[in-house]
Amino acid sequence: MGNQKLKTTPQVPLIQIAKKTEISVAKMTVLSVLALVAALIAGGIFILALGHNPFAVYASIVNGAWRSSMAIKGMIKIAIPLLIASLGITLAFQLKFWNIGAEGQIIMGAIFASYFALFCSDLPHWLLLILMFVAGMVGGGLWGIIPAYFKCKFGTNETLFTLMLNYIALYMIKYFAEGPWRDPKSSGFPKIASFAKNARMDQIFGVHAGWLIGLFLVIVIFIYLKFTKQGYEISVVGESENTARYAGMNVKKIVMRTMFFSGAICGIAGMTQVSGAAFTLGEGVAGGVGFTAIIVAWLSRLNPIVIVIVTLLFSMLEKGCSVMQSAFGLSTAVSGILQGIILFFILGFDFFTRYKFVFRKKVKNSGNM
Amino acid sequence: MSQAGDIVVDNKIQMAIELKKITKTFGSVVANNNIDLSVKQGEILALLGENGSGKTTLMNMLSGIYRPDGGSILINGQVVTINSPEDANKLGIGMIHQHFKLVDILSATDNIILGAKEKGLFLLKSRADKIREIGTRFGLDIDPNKKVYAMSVSEKQTVEILKVLYRSADILILDEPTAVLTPQETKRLFDILRRMKKEGCAVIIITHKLNEVLEISDRVTILRKGESVATVNTAETDAQELTELMVGRPVELSIEHLENHYNENLIEVHHLTVSNEEGIDAVKDVSFDLNCGEILGVAGVAGSGQKELCEAMAGLLRVKKGAVLYHNENIVGKTPNEIIKMGISMSFIPEDRLGMGLAASMGMVDNMLLKTYQEGKGPFVSKKKARALAKRLVDQLEIATPSVDTPVRRLSGGNVQKVLLGREIESNPNVIITAYAVRGLDINSSYTIYDALNAQKQKGVGILFIGEDLDVMLELCDRIMVLCHGKVTGIVDAETATKEQIGLLMTDASGKRGKA
Repeated sequence: MGNQKLKTTPQVPLIQIAKKTEISVAKMTVLSVLALVAALIAGGIFILALGHNPFAVYASIVNGAWRSSMAIKGMIKIAIPLLIASLGITLAFQLKFWNIGAEGQIIMGAIFASYFALFCSDLPHWLLLILMFVAGMVGGGLWGIIPAYFKCKFGTNETLFTLMLNYIALYMIKYFAEGPWRDPKSSGFPKIASFAKNARMDQIFGVHAGWLIGLFLVIVIFIYLKFTKQGYEISVVGESENTARYAGMNVKKIVMRTMFFSGAICGIAGMTQVSGAAFTLGEGVAGGVGFTAIIVAWLSRLNPIVIVIVTLLFSMLEKGCSVMQSAFGLSTAVSGILQGIILFFILGFDFFTRYKFVFRKKVKNSGNM
Repeated sequence: MSQAGDIVVDNKIQMAIELKKITKTFGSVVANNNIDLSVKQGEILALLGENGSGKTTLMNMLSGIYRPDGGSILINGQVVTINSPEDANKLGIGMIHQHFKLVDILSATDNIILGAKEKGLFLLKSRADKIREIGTRFGLDIDPNKKVYAMSVSEKQTVEILKVLYRSADILILDEPTAVLTPQETKRLFDILRRMKKEGCAVIIITHKLNEVLEISDRVTILRKGESVATVNTAETDAQELTELMVGRPVELSIEHLENHYNENLIEVHHLTVSNEEGIDAVKDVSFDLNCGEILGVAGVAGSGQKELCEAMAGLLRVKKGAVLYHNENIVGKTPNEIIKMGISMSFIPEDRLGMGLAASMGMVDNMLLKTYQEGKGPFVSKKKARALAKRLVDQLEIATPSVDTPVRRLSGGNVQKVLLGREIESNPNVIITAYAVRGLDINSSYTIYDALNAQKQKGVGILFIGEDLDVMLELCDRIMVLCHGKVTGIVDAETATKEQIGLLMTDASGKRGKA
C-alpha cells in the first residue's frame, strides 16, 4: 500500500525561513545601518518619482537641521518632549504594560501645570516652577495610575483604556479653553491666556531648561531600572507575573506604582511644553509626541541611553523635513511619507535579526530507487 | 503490509523506515548529527536518550514538523521528502504527541474523523463502523460517542491512537506515551502496542524509562547528544548497559534511603480545599502532616491537584477552606512574602519551567536575587552575594553556562532546573516543596538532586516531593501520599508499598471515595 502514496510526495520548497542564532551587537549595528541605507534608497526612488534629485533633498534635510544655531535649537526643542515621553513609556513597557496613553498623560501634566501658571503666577519664580513641575507629575501620574488600577482590580485592557483616556484629556483642554479658563482679553475667541513671564521656564544655552531635565531623567531612569530594588521588581514582573508572585512581590502595587511614574514622567514632558515652549495651554500641546515616543522607545529597545540617540534622529528628521518642504515646495505629506518609509524599513529589518532565508539546495540523487 | 514481499530489494528484508545520516541544526545548536535509524514492519523500536539528546526532533522530522538539513528518509525503501504532517499522513506515518491534540467538546468519533479528508459531503455512519472495526482489531476499547472532556487521560490517548490508525497509518510514533499513565494504564497501552506489532505495524516509542524499554521493545536505538551511539537487541541487553550507553559512562543507579532521626511535627494540613484559576475545586479536603527530616512523596496522575496544593501552601493561591499549620501557626491568608520570611521555601517547577520560579531573560546572578533582593538598606540592589552564589552553584552542580550573566532561557532545561533548585536549597529553608524536581534532568544530575535533597533531609528539613517516577519515589521517600481528582486516596509507607498498590490509588480504583 505504500507505493501509491509515495507518488504524491512534493519537493522541498524553494525558499524557507529559518531561525538565526542570537546575533552579536556588531552584526546588529550593521543590520541597522543597512536598514537605514535601504530606507534612503526607497525614499530616493519616491523623491525621484516626484521629479526631484534625492541627494539634494536628503542634503537639505540634514542641512536643515544643522545649518545654524537657530536650526539646532529648533531641533532640540522638538527633541525635549519626545525624549521625556519616551523615557516615561520605557518604564511602562519594561513592565509589559502597553501604555498607549502618553499623549493623554502629557496633556494632563500640561493642564495641571497650567493651573498654577494661570492662577498662582504671583508666587516667587522658583517656587512657582517647582509647583508646576510637581503638578505636572501628579497630573500625568494620575492619568497613568487610573488604567493601572482598573487593570489590577478588574482586568481591563490597558491598551484600550489608555488610548481612550487620551481623548478625555484632549477634550478637557477644549472645555477649559471655552469655559472656566478662557482668556477674557481674547474678545470671544476660545483660548487660554499666555503665561506670565514668571511662569515661563528659564533658558539655558538658548533653549528652555527642559533639555537639562530630559538628560537628568535619562540618568535617573537608567539607574532606576538597572540598579534599584524597584527596578529589579519591574523587570521581574515584566518577565513573568507568576515568578514575581512566587518571589513574594506585590504585583498590583508594583504595576500601579510604575504606571504612576510612567505617567508622571510624561506629565513632566507636558509641563516643559507649556512652560518652556508654548507659554500657554492649547490643544496641540502634545501634538502626537506621545505616539511617536512609543516608536522611539521600541526602536531603542527600552534602553534609556539609546533613546537619546534615536530621539535626536527623529527630531532631525522632523526639523529637516520641514525645511526641505519649503525649499522644494513640497507638501507636508511628503515628509510624512519619507518618515514612514524609514520607519517601515527599520522595523522591517527587525525580522532579519531573528530569521534568515534558506534556499533549496541542489539534491544529489542519493536514493536506491 | 501484505505487499511487503513485493518491495524486497536485493533479497534483504525491506525496512518500513530508514533514516540515513539525518542532520538538523537550530541556529548554532546541532540537534541531530548524522543519525541512522531503521525499523522493520512488525517491530517495536525504542528510541532511548536523555532529555535534549534529540529524540523528539528526530521524530518530528518523520512526522513533517521539521525538515532535515541533511540526510535522507526512506519509507518502505523509497526516498521521500516530508514537508508537512499531511505528507506524513499520506505516507502512513502517525505520531502521538505528549500533549494530546483533541477537541474537548467533541465526541471520540468526531475527533477521529476530524481532518481525515474523505470524499462525500456527509459524515456517513460507515465511518463510525470503521472506527469500531479498527478498535476491535487492535483491542482499543472506547465508547465512540463519549465526549473528550469526560475522558480520562488514558482514554484520550486511546482516541489519539485510533485517530492515527483511522488514517490507515502503519508507522506509529509515540512520544513518551507513559508519562501521564498509571502503571495499570501503561500495561494496557503495551498490550495495544503488541497487537499493532502483530498486525504488521512499525512502532517507534520514545522514552527514557529503562524498564519500559526492556519490557516492550524488540530493539533499542540510543541517542546521546544528538548522535546515535548504538542500536542493540533488547533481548541481549540490560538496564545497566543501556544507562551507560545513554549517559556515556558507568553510572551508579541507587538512591540512598536515609533513616529519619527527627520526629518533630513541622507542617500539618487540615481539610484543605483550594479552587484553581477557573474556580473549580482542584484540591478537596486534603489533610496530611509533614515531619522534620521527612520526605513525603506526592503521587498522582498529572493534574490531580499537585500544582494547586503547592501553590496554596506557598500562599500563591487563595485557600477556600482548611488550615496549614507551620509549627502550630496557621499560614493560610499570609502573603507569599510573609511565608518566605518564615523559612518556607517552595521550589516549584511547573511544566513551563521558566514561567514561575525564574525570570527567563535574566542571568543567573539576577535570578539568585529573586527572593533576597529586598535585603540590605537603601534603594539599591546589592549583587555581590548573588554573584558569588551563582558562581558557587555553577561549580557545585556543574551547571553548563557561558557565564553567570547569560540569560537563563538560553540554558538547557536541565541546567535551568539546577539553577532553580540550587537557589532554593542555598536559602536554608525549613520546608522544601518541590514539584517534578528532576524533570528534564539527565540521569547524573537527577542523582545529584536526590543527594542534595537527602542532605537537606538530614539537616531536619521537611520535604514535600511531588514526583512522577514511582520507582524513584519508593526509594527516596519515607511516605507517599496519593492524590486522585484533588482528594487524598491514601498515604502509604514507602518501604512496604508496591507500585501496583499506588497505581490503584492513583485511579481511585479501590472506590473508597466517589469520583468528582
